[in-house]
Amino acid sequence: MDIIDMTLCELSAALKTKKVSSLEATKACLKRIEQTKELNNFITVCEDEAIEAAKRADEAIASNGEYSPLLGVPVAVKDNIVTKNVRTTCASKILENFVPPYDATVVKKLKSAGAVLIGKTNMDEFAMGSTNEFSAFGAAHNAVDFTRVAGGSSGGSASAVAAKQAFGALGSDTGGSIRQPAAYNGAVGFKPTYSAVSRYGLVAFASSLDQIGPITRSVDDALELSKVIFGKDIHDSTSADVLLPDKLSGEVKGRVIGVADEFLNGLGEKETAAFNGAVKALEKMGAVVKRVSISSFNAALAVYYVLSSAEASSNLARFDGVKYGRRAESYTDISDLYERTRTEFLGDEVKRRIMIGNYVLSSGYYDAYYIKASKARTVIKREYDEALSKCDALLCPTAPSAAPKIGEETDPAKAYLSDIYTVPVNIAGLPAVSVPFGSDGKMPLGVQVIAKACSDGVVLDIAKALERARG
Amino acid sequence: MNGISDEEVKHIAKLSAIGLSEKEMSSMKKHLSAVLDYFKTLDKVDVSGVSPTAHILSAVNVLREDTPRESMPTDELMKTAPDSDGSSYTVPRVVE
Repeated sequence: MDIIDMTLCELSAALKTKKVSSLEATKACLKRIEQTKELNNFITVCEDEAIEAAKRADEAIASNGEYSPLLGVPVAVKDNIVTKNVRTTCASKILENFVPPYDATVVKKLKSAGAVLIGKTNMDEFAMGSTNEFSAFGAAHNAVDFTRVAGGSSGGSASAVAAKQAFGALGSDTGGSIRQPAAYNGAVGFKPTYSAVSRYGLVAFASSLDQIGPITRSVDDALELSKVIFGKDIHDSTSADVLLPDKLSGEVKGRVIGVADEFLNGLGEKETAAFNGAVKALEKMGAVVKRVSISSFNAALAVYYVLSSAEASSNLARFDGVKYGRRAESYTDISDLYERTRTEFLGDEVKRRIMIGNYVLSSGYYDAYYIKASKARTVIKREYDEALSKCDALLCPTAPSAAPKIGEETDPAKAYLSDIYTVPVNIAGLPAVSVPFGSDGKMPLGVQVIAKACSDGVVLDIAKALERARG
Repeated sequence: MNGISDEEVKHIAKLSAIGLSEKEMSSMKKHLSAVLDYFKTLDKVDVSGVSPTAHILSAVNVLREDTPRESMPTDELMKTAPDSDGSSYTVPRVVE
């Protein structure tokens, strides 16, 4: 078996038994990245650092001590997660030259576990987008079909994992940014319960929704990466200890799976067939399917865009040409410095979201938009909690369709629709995983498993059952 | 269509510290109008008597012991700034 064809767990076992060295695995990834560089999945490849880290991992393996399953495993990290001495751009011109002086908690944890950081992945600028076309470094391409989008915003991470440029990757998910690109590329994408993973060192987009999580080639791989990055962190007061199982059973006998009618309204024929295939597969394995209703489902996208834009307008105020990143060449005074810097170095979509955010927060509109959306959030959360009180998990498609062609969607408001199934999960702070299941004839489709807060093991277990049924 | 005026777009751009050319003004106005129109979906949710949710955690104030610990060195942080004297950020004069 070729090294790059292994899953993360398979590589981990091969490293442990010394069938493969970390240096070999790392060089195989670097070679693959070079051979498939037109995918544009990486903003920065950490070649020298990765080789050094791989050598250190091989020394640790040779000493036969106790070690983490990630020791010596090459992984990629989305470029909105800060890495000490490695440029972190958020795919924005404003941070083009930003070299952070510290590691994000998740990066520190990966490094402590001995993982090899292979590079920083492409994304939509500041994680705002659903196709990766809003990157200041050009779009990442889909690993299955080069003419299609990688998805967003963690498109580079998802495509890199699917294209075997890395054995796993970290992404961030504010409204579906891990799950949707994973589905588009035929990978597994896991958004943990809100608070399960520290956000210290994640460049904030919408703080009440943002969550870091893994993108991998198998569900077991997602569990292994999660085990390393989960946990309460002194640097993030919103973080908490959420438990994970040691191993996944993939057993669903007796599990109650909820499907809401609202999930299937307007879904295409092929997509509906693929989704029904997943439902049937779970039934065949002994799960019980139950109809539920989420009447607020269709309002979730509007709630998401009001809240995430409002929070973004505040979070992105820090990019002003003073503390980090770039500054405009000429200016007359401090206000002019801020405005010229932001005007010159922020991209169009980021500007649009900041503008929307400031509009919904501005005097006269605050109650009509921000407060109303915050109240609707309560309703959505209540409805998901209510539905989940009657079943173990909800099942729905990850996205309404497979990855579209690059350049196909020119209306930003319409492009938002690709996140319709994923945003309610962030609004309600729940764990969810997208696992590949079926296709539209050409491209892979994903199915999403959603469970109660802190039931992260449940979503992974059901996802593993689906992975098994898929064969 | 929700009618957002040129003045409102200019006001929001100013609040956002974003400059817009004439052409950008017109496309931004179009985009904002479309998005605000889409936000009317919110009216379909009955929120009467519902309290707003700012974040989903039950935690209100997270406290810790007030013990001193090492922070990042100033000179390291200053290296990321576009302009600094090594210990402070340098910006145009604000007070005459």
